[in-house]
Amino acid sequence: MSSGSYYVPETSRWPILGSLALGVMMVGTGIKLVYDTGTPLMLVGVVGIVLVMGLWFRDVIHESMGGLYDAQMDRSFRWGMGWFIFSEVMFFAAFFGALFYVRTFAIPWLGGEGAKGVSALLWPEFIAQWPLFNPPDSAVTGPEQMFSPWQLPLVNTLILVTSSITLTVAHEAFKLGERVTCRNWLAGTVLLGCCFIVIQGVEYYEAYNHYGITLEAGIFGATFFILTGFHGVHVIIGTLILACILVRVWKGHFDNEHHFGFEASCWYWHFVDVVWIGLFIFVYVL
Amino acid sequence: MAPKLPPQHSLQQSSTAVAGGQSHHEHHAQPKGIMRWLLTTNHKEIGSLYLIFSLVMFFIGGIFALVVRAELFQPGLQLVEPEFFNQMTTMHGLIMVFAAVMPAFTGLANWMIPLQIGAPDMALPRLNNFSFWLLPVAFILLLSTLLMPGGGPNFGWTFYAPLSTTYAPPSTTFFILALHIAGISSILGAINIIATILNMRAPGMRMMDMPLFVWTWLITAFLLIAVMPVLAGVITMMLMDINFGTSFFDAAGGGDPVLFQHLFWFFGHPEVYIMILPAFGIVSAIIPTFARKRLFGYASMVYATAAIALLSFLVWAHHMFVVGLPLTAELFFMYSTMLIAVPTGVKVFNWVTTLFRGSISFEPPMLFALAFVVLFTIGGFSGLMLAIAPADFQYHDTYFVVAHFHYVLVPGAIFAIMAGVYYWLPKWTGHYPHERLAQCHFWCSVVGVNLTFFPMHFAGLAGMPRRIPDYALQFADFNMLSSIGAFFFGVSQLIFVLVVVLCVKGGKKAPAKAWEGAEDLEWSVPSPAPLHTFETPPVFHRTHPSE
Repeated sequence: MSSGSYYVPETSRWPILGSLALGVMMVGTGIKLVYDTGTPLMLVGVVGIVLVMGLWFRDVIHESMGGLYDAQMDRSFRWGMGWFIFSEVMFFAAFFGALFYVRTFAIPWLGGEGAKGVSALLWPEFIAQWPLFNPPDSAVTGPEQMFSPWQLPLVNTLILVTSSITLTVAHEAFKLGERVTCRNWLAGTVLLGCCFIVIQGVEYYEAYNHYGITLEAGIFGATFFILTGFHGVHVIIGTLILACILVRVWKGHFDNEHHFGFEASCWYWHFVDVVWIGLFIFVYVL
Repeated sequence: MAPKLPPQHSLQQSSTAVAGGQSHHEHHAQPKGIMRWLLTTNHKEIGSLYLIFSLVMFFIGGIFALVVRAELFQPGLQLVEPEFFNQMTTMHGLIMVFAAVMPAFTGLANWMIPLQIGAPDMALPRLNNFSFWLLPVAFILLLSTLLMPGGGPNFGWTFYAPLSTTYAPPSTTFFILALHIAGISSILGAINIIATILNMRAPGMRMMDMPLFVWTWLITAFLLIAVMPVLAGVITMMLMDINFGTSFFDAAGGGDPVLFQHLFWFFGHPEVYIMILPAFGIVSAIIPTFARKRLFGYASMVYATAAIALLSFLVWAHHMFVVGLPLTAELFFMYSTMLIAVPTGVKVFNWVTTLFRGSISFEPPMLFALAFVVLFTIGGFSGLMLAIAPADFQYHDTYFVVAHFHYVLVPGAIFAIMAGVYYWLPKWTGHYPHERLAQCHFWCSVVGVNLTFFPMHFAGLAGMPRRIPDYALQFADFNMLSSIGAFFFGVSQLIFVLVVVLCVKGGKKAPAKAWEGAEDLEWSVPSPAPLHTFETPPVFHRTHPSE
């Protein structure tokens, strides 16, 4: 409940500059995609967004360290971050939903099964299977083979699960006031995040060059890359966030009472980890 | 427990009073002029920005609708090319949904939620400003697609693939990116509203003490956070299909165009409730005020709202009855859809029961609220007809559907927004809206709305398809009536602008409690509400014993 000291910030120029930067990036991206030019505009937008984020967070850090935030403000941040992660869950739910729908309904129907089997009349030769190596129409080339889940994907699973554990150890160490231990475990977590990204990069290289798994390789390639791709982007963002937190722990920004920035990044990292476990099961194993 | 005090919310001390307020409101070097609006973190100023933006977009979307109605005035092609007609139907829908109705409700939420729960501002004020300024960026980009080579989006506001992927104009990529920006705005705005409601209530105000506008917005914000990301996902898949050769919605590669519809309507049906739940909240504030009675069945209103929200996740495929769903799916979605009539019926009965034996007076907000109850219910009934899968095979994609959703959106959502504006204008400006002009606006709107949309039921039942610029001769009379009604309705909205402008400039002075029967916390602060209110949180005292 309200305690009477809730901090309402003065005017700020970051929100409007941020929305303009986002607009510039989107226009640049659109021009790039449609007319194959406009990369500079896109980059200006990206740089603008990064700058605005940095300056905006700088203000927040100053306010936080200036003691302007009370317990109620802390709860606002908690609710905010919690619901933001929920929105991310729903974002991935859309892609998982697409994967389940295609595997459970669309492809069996194309293969002539069940109530909607009439769609089999379009491509009578088509045989339903997953992974879909033989897309219905010969204009689309399917993947040649699928990764074994028990090689790189398993390694990546172990890396991410371990990183969640190291992060928890870092956080617990922080709460016990053991800053050096905390920094070491946090640095280890960032390193594991980097390893994951590198291995995922290797896997993408393999996918394109040896497995025939590409964006154009029918619905398998599409669902594979949209799920692992957005997850990979989240790992990159999460690693950057944790790196920033590491710097902030180093600089002594946090104390035992006030370190929600640290906690929020932990929430985010665990969320990214859970998404990966879903991916490992439904994209790689099953 | 709180000390015994008179049953009014006695907090004059805290409203304006800086007494005990914090020094961080010393307002050093407050920017002036345009910069003040660009940089503001104040919930009232941001609320006003949302409302003004929404009004401008309401007229732009309205002009698009009038182009459509002008072309349909008579059978045959007279005024515009069919391609441009398609762009107009599409843009009308997109602008009205995403740029007029949703921002209007967000504007009302910004203005009123902190006032109704006794909070100094929104929980995250800078984020609030960001959420707003994303909107002009998004919709300038969206509107600019009309000027691009190949024209703007022309596939209807539901942008079904493959019409919106394989066969779409090049500007579709920009449409997708604009919608992404609007989606970010909605999600961030909703996060802010939830955080505000859960965390910023005055001491002593429990969840079940919150005004229904706050409750309905809490649930709406939950819906927004749950489904806007799904919209982001589906348009991202479109973007990939268009630009990167994926096969999400292309059966040739093993995808499925029907997948698009499932994903779209998983977003789209909760979206429909996003546009109506806050309207329920406004009407639930206005009817008790002017009936001078407590709202009948407060708790059941809350539960009904929650039930509608939960059911909204289970009914999406009723938009897709003719796409070729398995029989079990047809049955499931038919029955789950009909089930929504139960909580909605609870609401309508509660409003009517609140009116029963009330001392009713008919100020402009009440006129709109009463029209809402009657006309929204008509829209609800036609919705029930559409829910019947076998009947929908006949109604699908006809003007009957157009009549249905315009009844729930225009005399539903938009009348509720207008009722809310008339209700709270005294709080915002310190003046009452001009009563005669407002009445005139009301009656013109009611006549205009019914003249426009009622004949569409008949045209639709007789088989007139929607989104086609030409039609068979037997539909000519109904269409002429609709077009006359549409122009009449459109022009009468200028009266609304006039009333608002006059009210901002002057008029009969309003006291803090502008309406005799008004009970909620916002009426305890002066009219007009000062820029900063509740800097020291008020102590909330229940006016009535708990439910």
